[in-house]
Amino acid sequence: MLAYYFDLALRSLKRTPVLTALMVLAIGLGIGASMTMLTVLHVMTDDPLPGRSAHLYTPHLDPLPLNYKGIDLAGDPNANLTWPDAMALLQAHRASRQAAMAGGSLLVWPDSATRLRPFYVDGRYTTADLFALFGIPFEQGSGWTAAEDNAGAQVVVLARTFARKLFGSANAVGQSVRLGDHDYRVIGVVADWQPSPMFYVDASANRYGDADQFFLPLSTALNQKLDINGNISGWSSQSDDLHSASVTWLQFWVQLDTPAQAAAYRQFLVDYSAQQKALGRFQRPPTNAKLYSLMGWLQHQNLVPDDVRLQLWLALGFLFVCMLNIVALLLAKFLRRSGEISVRRAMGARRRDVFVQFGVESALIGIAGGVLGLLIAELGLWSVRQRPDDYAHLAKMDPAMLFCTFAMAIVASVLAGLLPAWRACSVAPSLQLKTL
Amino acid sequence: MHIQPILAALRRHKAGTVLIALQIALTLAIVCNALFIIHQRLAHLSEPTGIDEANLFVIDSEWAGQPSEIQVDAQIKTDLAALRQLPSVRDAAPSNSYPLRGGGWDDFITMTPEQVEKTTDASVYISDEHLIDTLGVKLIAGRDFRPDEVLPMGEKESKSPPVAIVSKALADKLYPDGSALGKSFYTMNTSPVTIIGIVDRLQRQEVDTWSKDYVYQDMLWPRRLDSQSGTYYIVRAKPGQLAQAMRDAPKALLAQSRMRIIDPEDGVLSFAQIRHRAYDSDRGMAILMGIICAVLLVITGAGIVGLTSFWVAQRRKQIGIRRALGATRRDILGYFLTENLLIAAGGALLGIVLAVAINLWMIAHVEMSRLPLFYMLAGVIVLLALGQGAAFAPALRASRVSPVEATRTV
Repeated sequence: MLAYYFDLALRSLKRTPVLTALMVLAIGLGIGASMTMLTVLHVMTDDPLPGRSAHLYTPHLDPLPLNYKGIDLAGDPNANLTWPDAMALLQAHRASRQAAMAGGSLLVWPDSATRLRPFYVDGRYTTADLFALFGIPFEQGSGWTAAEDNAGAQVVVLARTFARKLFGSANAVGQSVRLGDHDYRVIGVVADWQPSPMFYVDASANRYGDADQFFLPLSTALNQKLDINGNISGWSSQSDDLHSASVTWLQFWVQLDTPAQAAAYRQFLVDYSAQQKALGRFQRPPTNAKLYSLMGWLQHQNLVPDDVRLQLWLALGFLFVCMLNIVALLLAKFLRRSGEISVRRAMGARRRDVFVQFGVESALIGIAGGVLGLLIAELGLWSVRQRPDDYAHLAKMDPAMLFCTFAMAIVASVLAGLLPAWRACSVAPSLQLKTL
Repeated sequence: MHIQPILAALRRHKAGTVLIALQIALTLAIVCNALFIIHQRLAHLSEPTGIDEANLFVIDSEWAGQPSEIQVDAQIKTDLAALRQLPSVRDAAPSNSYPLRGGGWDDFITMTPEQVEKTTDASVYISDEHLIDTLGVKLIAGRDFRPDEVLPMGEKESKSPPVAIVSKALADKLYPDGSALGKSFYTMNTSPVTIIGIVDRLQRQEVDTWSKDYVYQDMLWPRRLDSQSGTYYIVRAKPGQLAQAMRDAPKALLAQSRMRIIDPEDGVLSFAQIRHRAYDSDRGMAILMGIICAVLLVITGAGIVGLTSFWVAQRRKQIGIRRALGATRRDILGYFLTENLLIAAGGALLGIVLAVAINLWMIAHVEMSRLPLFYMLAGVIVLLALGQGAAFAPALRASRVSPVEATRTV
């Protein structure tokens, strides 16, 4: 029976080609615009580390003085930790794994054999546990130890791309690389590891930018006064000393495997703050200390710009108008066929049959609209990729969104066809037949 | 034209009428908000900077090999001498930043050192006695810096200088009575900064929404910022020699010292490029809104054409009867156009309510101001015209229905 309805629907659509084209175009444009923006939103708010993100948390303290007055401008100073606090949390070992880190940018002096000019690379200064904490896979060699951390070892871990650029296909481990004013021994090469968004970077950094190209021990970076990328917020006269207890600049992440562990860690942060307050260092209530989950932190950081949200609403509004358009047109179209419906009903078709018949016709429009919508969404995403925004290069459709597009197109058109089909099947046959 | 029979007929097409009215309402609501956003963005991106944009360009010179601050200071001085000697260059100045750069150093301003709440916020341009001439801004009161006031300044030094030149907007904000010259203010420091000069309009480094309360508020510090990472050179070419100067200047700098990195892609930017970058997202938003509006209007128009066509086809017999009973073609045309006008007017009324609702929602959730009445009126007129235009062709077809139709049974 469905095949017959399918045939009927095709005939009906062919009879009014302009109208059919208009409806397909309307649903295609609406779906295309909506899917473009939904895909952008999807890539911007995606889980950066599926499987691992549920166990990652970032603790935040409130070491600011009571009368601190800069909070609305250069970003929240409490987004980062001070060196003494980060070291205290690190040494407390209350989480399964923990690491303190900061972004850095270093000038690379390639070996003269490579004929490369000096260039800058972005990477991370971090404590030893970072690789295990985030699950960054090593291709060669390994990371450094906590002991080397404390000793400020002259070692570095490179990302694959960077290692290839410097050493070609040769084994990079054991080689030496000059970064800034110092030589470092390469002890490991990690796969290019790029979570998106880069949840662990400082708020001022580009969260959708390039992966970290090197990893250096944090203490080494500090000893050698390497440049820090990111917000460095201070509130006392000694604000250029990164060891100071009144300068925040470090990001800190911990792994907590169970909710109980997370609750305990939260309590530990409050206790730590209370202790610091008792010592006179903190001035604000200890309960200001917070523990964010990974996704919670991204939400708190509000990564989606207003413009993107506005565009999404605009696209959805557009889709809604397109749907209204289709409802009106289908309604007129179906009701015009009252005579035909009445004949079918008189011949014994049930209401349900009429309903399904018209449902098939709307679904057919939906399928065609979905194909068109997909093309338009690809076009839309291509145009988003041409934009200069930092997230632009990520705007690509994945299989989930592809499926979503089709599902949405068909759901939208069937929804749009519901009212017209219902009205059509409730036509009173006797009344219509009399007028024939 | 009697409206009564039209209303009676519409009552028999309730669902269709309501749907098309709803569609018109939503289209109106979206279009007038979108037009408002487009207007805001276009107004924003055509804000003047107050500087001689046509002849300016900026060189981003990064130091290679971590020179000391003393080395940097000496290098900046020789670089500037080299730049100013170029025949295609009128003047050049070092700076920590430049208008429309997109971010940089800004300071809270207070009137007393004890004040906790800031009075305002100002962009900081750290440069020498050549900056005003280089930018081409007008000094409207007081004096320019003297060369002996321009001292070297370390990157991490946050101490403000004893004197500064401020923009008119900042002067007016701090001293609304116009007495700013010679008075002082504080920049998160205990020592006062005295205003020795006031320049006319000068754009800030960033034009984001957060800084719109501080628009055009900036101050010039007589310092050479010896940052170990790099410096900007703002260069003003002689009229008509911008391209030449943009080729000459980097060469002259590299001839001074090769221990620097000038990015081949964006190390040298003309001000036209800087402006383009600064407003790229605004322009993109305006274009997107424009496209969506246009498509929305087309879809709505096409929907009206489709629905009116159906109604006309459905009523051929009745039209024939009316024609046979003496209605003129003009009467029939008028009937369908009036019908459309009634629906569109109903839709427009609802649309105005929706437009205000959307606007209020945007004010609450994103940065947005109140929708002016003008946009609603413009939207209503556009949609009524669209409705009439869309209904015209089917209505014309209706008017051509022959009275003979009345005699046909089907």
